[in-house]
Amino acid sequence: MVNLIWAFMAIVGIIYAMFNGTMEEVNKALFESADEAVKLSIGLISILVFWLGIMKIAEEAGILRVLAKLLRPIVVKIFPEIPKDHPAMGYILSNFTANIFGLGNAATPLGIKAMEEMKKLSGTDTASRSMITFLAINTAGLTLIPSTVIAIRMQYNSSSPTEIVGTTIIASAAALTSALLLDRFFYYRSLRRKE
Amino acid sequence: MMGIVTTISTWLIPCFLLLVLGVAQWKKLPSYELFVEGGKEGVQLAFSLLPFLVGMLVAISILRSSGALDASIGLIAPILTAIGIPPDIVPLALVRPISGNAALGVTSELIATHGPDSFIGRLASTMQGSTDTTLYILTVYFGAVGIKKMRYAVKVGLLADLVGIIASIIIVTLIFG
Repeated sequence: MVNLIWAFMAIVGIIYAMFNGTMEEVNKALFESADEAVKLSIGLISILVFWLGIMKIAEEAGILRVLAKLLRPIVVKIFPEIPKDHPAMGYILSNFTANIFGLGNAATPLGIKAMEEMKKLSGTDTASRSMITFLAINTAGLTLIPSTVIAIRMQYNSSSPTEIVGTTIIASAAALTSALLLDRFFYYRSLRRKE
Repeated sequence: MMGIVTTISTWLIPCFLLLVLGVAQWKKLPSYELFVEGGKEGVQLAFSLLPFLVGMLVAISILRSSGALDASIGLIAPILTAIGIPPDIVPLALVRPISGNAALGVTSELIATHGPDSFIGRLASTMQGSTDTTLYILTVYFGAVGIKKMRYAVKVGLLADLVGIIASIIIVTLIFG
């Protein structure tokens, strides 16, 4: 899908330029934008190094574990089909906390472990209710601090790179709430259809 | 409302730093060494983003500099503005559920073109940060454990993305508009 969109943008642009007489601009923009992308990536290093460094300390200091403990009562309610002390619950909690702290690389393997445990519970190659709920939460996103976006804003000399943290959290909460509601809605609808 | 949100935005990160370093100090952890160890991942991450950014920025700049982007935005603009959606944001909304890194490229391009403190710049930042990449997550997680029937998972993920996009537009308009 992304392959299609990507190629489509370039192809349409070049063909349009042929008839619009803007080939010179296209040629210039091509090299300038590649150069800009490289400068941008280099510029991102500063904040990414800083943030991931701090997160490493947070992880070792046990802040993620405390958060997992706080989240537990809520998460147990969201997954009624998973026994409270099943290993799946532990992995789900660690995946959520890693996501909240923006540790995408740590969250993915934990999430895959959670999926494996949930598959043991269901034992089929059809997605179970808990799996879909888990992925709905993951796709809606749980990040509190969008560090990469802040880095890009800094790179383009924003007067306040972090001013979007508040709006991001609110939009994220809206997406998360609706993901949970939609998940419930489609689950109960699928039950009714079976009857 | 606006005052509270922007104050939280400014205070959140420094206060979090204080908490992390305070706890680390209290637990007598080698904080500097841990910082350096974690920071190395940041270098790798920035370099792994490089090809995604080059690819996306070049493709969009071709579309924009040829005049095709403005022409197509001009076509759909009346409909979108009537329902309150800034037309420039459409490419980001389309790419966001499909590829996170590609969307980051689109976001960068929007910020570079319109400025980080413009309405479009703030909206793109919020949209980029507020949801995760639905199709990527479904592919990776279901693929890893061999789930073949995804049932209503795709529907839930994409509809939640739509809500996230609409919520971003409303919130950014309310706070910064």
